[in-house]
Amino acid sequence: MMTRSNRAVALLAIAAAAALPAHAESGWSLLNMTQGVTDISRKIYDLHMLIFWVCVAIAVVVFGAMLYSIVTFRKSQGAVADTTIVHNTRVEIVWTAIPVVILIAMAVPAARTLVEIEDTTRTELTIKVTGFQWGWNYDYLDRGVSFFSRLDPESDHARELASGIDPNTIPHYLLNVDHPLVVPVGTKVRLLITGADVIHSWWVPAFGVKKDAIPGFVNEAWFNIDADKPGLYRGQCAELCGRDHGFMPIVVDARSKQEFEAWLKDKAAEQKQAATPESAPAPTASSTTTAAPSKS
Amino acid sequence: MAEHHQAHAAEHDEHHDHKPHGWRRWVYATNHKDIGTMYLIFACTMFFIGGAMAMVIRAELFKPGMQLVDPQLFNSMTTMHALLMIFGAVMPAWTGLANWMIPMQVGAPDMALPRLNNFSFWILPFAFSILLATLFVPGGAPAGGWTMYPPLMLQNGACFPMVIFAIHLMGASSILGAINVVVTIMNMRAPGMTLLRMPLFVWSWLITAYLLIAVMPVLAGAVTMLLTDHFFGTTFFTAAGGGDPVMFQHIFWFFGHPEVYILILPAFGIVSEIIPTFSRKPLFGYEAMVYATASIAFLSFIVWAHHMFTVGMPLAAQLFFMLSTMLIAIPTGVKVFNWTTTLWKGSLSFEPPMLFALAFLFLFTIGGFSGLMLAIVPADYQYQDTYFVVAHFHYVLVPGAIFAIMGGVYYWLPKWVGNMYDQGLAKWHFWLSTIFVNVLFFPQHFLGLAGMPRRIPDYAVQFTDWNMVSSIGGFGFGLSQLLFPYIIIQCVKSGQKVLGNKPWEGAHGLEWELPSPAPYHSWETPPSDALIAKGAAH
Repeated sequence: MMTRSNRAVALLAIAAAAALPAHAESGWSLLNMTQGVTDISRKIYDLHMLIFWVCVAIAVVVFGAMLYSIVTFRKSQGAVADTTIVHNTRVEIVWTAIPVVILIAMAVPAARTLVEIEDTTRTELTIKVTGFQWGWNYDYLDRGVSFFSRLDPESDHARELASGIDPNTIPHYLLNVDHPLVVPVGTKVRLLITGADVIHSWWVPAFGVKKDAIPGFVNEAWFNIDADKPGLYRGQCAELCGRDHGFMPIVVDARSKQEFEAWLKDKAAEQKQAATPESAPAPTASSTTTAAPSKS
Repeated sequence: MAEHHQAHAAEHDEHHDHKPHGWRRWVYATNHKDIGTMYLIFACTMFFIGGAMAMVIRAELFKPGMQLVDPQLFNSMTTMHALLMIFGAVMPAWTGLANWMIPMQVGAPDMALPRLNNFSFWILPFAFSILLATLFVPGGAPAGGWTMYPPLMLQNGACFPMVIFAIHLMGASSILGAINVVVTIMNMRAPGMTLLRMPLFVWSWLITAYLLIAVMPVLAGAVTMLLTDHFFGTTFFTAAGGGDPVMFQHIFWFFGHPEVYILILPAFGIVSEIIPTFSRKPLFGYEAMVYATASIAFLSFIVWAHHMFTVGMPLAAQLFFMLSTMLIAIPTGVKVFNWTTTLWKGSLSFEPPMLFALAFLFLFTIGGFSGLMLAIVPADYQYQDTYFVVAHFHYVLVPGAIFAIMGGVYYWLPKWVGNMYDQGLAKWHFWLSTIFVNVLFFPQHFLGLAGMPRRIPDYAVQFTDWNMVSSIGGFGFGLSQLLFPYIIIQCVKSGQKVLGNKPWEGAHGLEWELPSPAPYHSWETPPSDALIAKGAAH
């Protein structure tokens, strides 16, 4: 009875493994952290790989010794225990000292990178980010632009319980928003992050930035995207924030400095106009004037 | 000597073995073995209920899109799964093993405080009935994560005061159990059983008991502050009233990190018993093992904020917590090296307890490596709250703590019931568990590094493949566990009688000098010094 059900599971596993690559090739290759598009994200990646290989090296030695013992010193192969090996001060000092050295060697570059990450001086643009249940508000401080950013309607429909919509047919399922955060590349952008209701966490892996959005407190973070890497970068809320925690993605639209300034100017004008009561009855005019440049 | 004692014990059994029968034996229980048995059965029950919730989680995550449960119920499942597994399965299992083994291992007749022992067990069914009842109240079970961070925790509905009351009860039970362990070890050791002759399971439990007494009140304080914030208008964790939501996290993790070691230190003890037995060789570096355990316990109090590197702490604080966390790798490394050296030039055999101990050795170490990676603050910014963390703590808790518990049960079960279990079936249980636990948790490292956050009920389609693999591993692991109670019941009912005191030829320690099954009152007359010295054997 038991063995049959386990065999069924094993068969299922094999069948699934054989069937999967056909329709989703990219998933299997997602094995590691990405290098990202900022200097900091690359340094974090390098640190990650450094610790990873250190762990692999230690694992080879320790697991090697374990496996060698398991293979060699078997009672069934006639191994006789050497019961005199109970203590060896010299060996014990050595294997306490070696890890200390390895740890120091890892702590130094880690501390150096951390100091760099914590340096929030000389930023050129400040955006206030407010997490709420469930989405983000972006406020370009002193630039007259502020907007909400939520899960895009297509994903939102597909993610309903038993919606009948195949998520594979939705572009960037759960990782797309209605209004992305627009930022310039090659600029040190400072984020002031806070929460409106509960704690959220603003995370874009490509920037190496994850910072909690805490109600009543303001956290600082910054990123500086490579000047040659404009594009769309996606992330998600990383702190459990209630029912729709899984459905508050982040999309950052990184543009060249000129395009960004043009976008910001248009957006500011649009929002100023929208704020004036007279212009309210004429939404069609304002949307047509701003649509073209903001698409760039 | 042993024969003499057996005769003695048997004679006494006739006088003292007037245990009540029927339900009174259990409800009025004061015998350490009966209470230990109840703890273990309770833990096993919670393990399966918590496991069923994990099956719901893995079923929903089998493919993208919401198929089975509402996101709120999903969050309840992750929250309840954690609370049940930590407080309902692993901790009571350790207390059950402590109850059974500590008196037998230190040469005592019973635990020092038998009525307290009864009380500390019987709190648990009430605590967990209240916790499980939250599934049926308006608003559902708690859904803010087992870490209960405010302000989210304060948004819970009718379950909120129930959860807090349940946690208070669990905490009281743990503290009482821990006091009993400390008093037993300090006062009930047989003459000649000096501290540095104690088996490592006893040592690790002594240190664990101190951790419990130190931190469970902290948890009680934290949840009480939540309670008053919710009902009595205090603002401990609300900025608008001068409080700070992050303060809760500091208090919680000041409990939470020692709690991590409460879950794993007894596992270190068990593995330190099993490996020498099946290597037929004394444990390498006994004293170093004791000091390493104590160092880990001390360090566990000064590393808490590594759970919260992303909350925005000052640079100096982040550096401090990174370095203190990395320090833990040193005593932990000493333990792994000592276990490995114990295998070296041994005469190894691979009975089920040894298989579980060896799997512990490999897989716990993998969890240790990912723990070291998580200590590196800049890298932690990328790992924090992703599936990488989920993989990390499940590696240390499932093939770590749970495998050690199962190894311990397979090790001592023949002594408890006097029967041997079906070792072939137990090996099936081992291999299925070990294969599926890796299929289940190893791909979660990939998912986390590729950017999948934890605690989400649905995910972007590129995460589909590894989630499917992980879910298949989960179902396989869950099904395999049904073998465990089956093997135990079969052993108790119709297992083959164990001949002599030692079912394992390499076993040392006082518990193996008692007859099988062990007498109802373990050591009515203290073991002789010679017997203790023979058992210590290091």
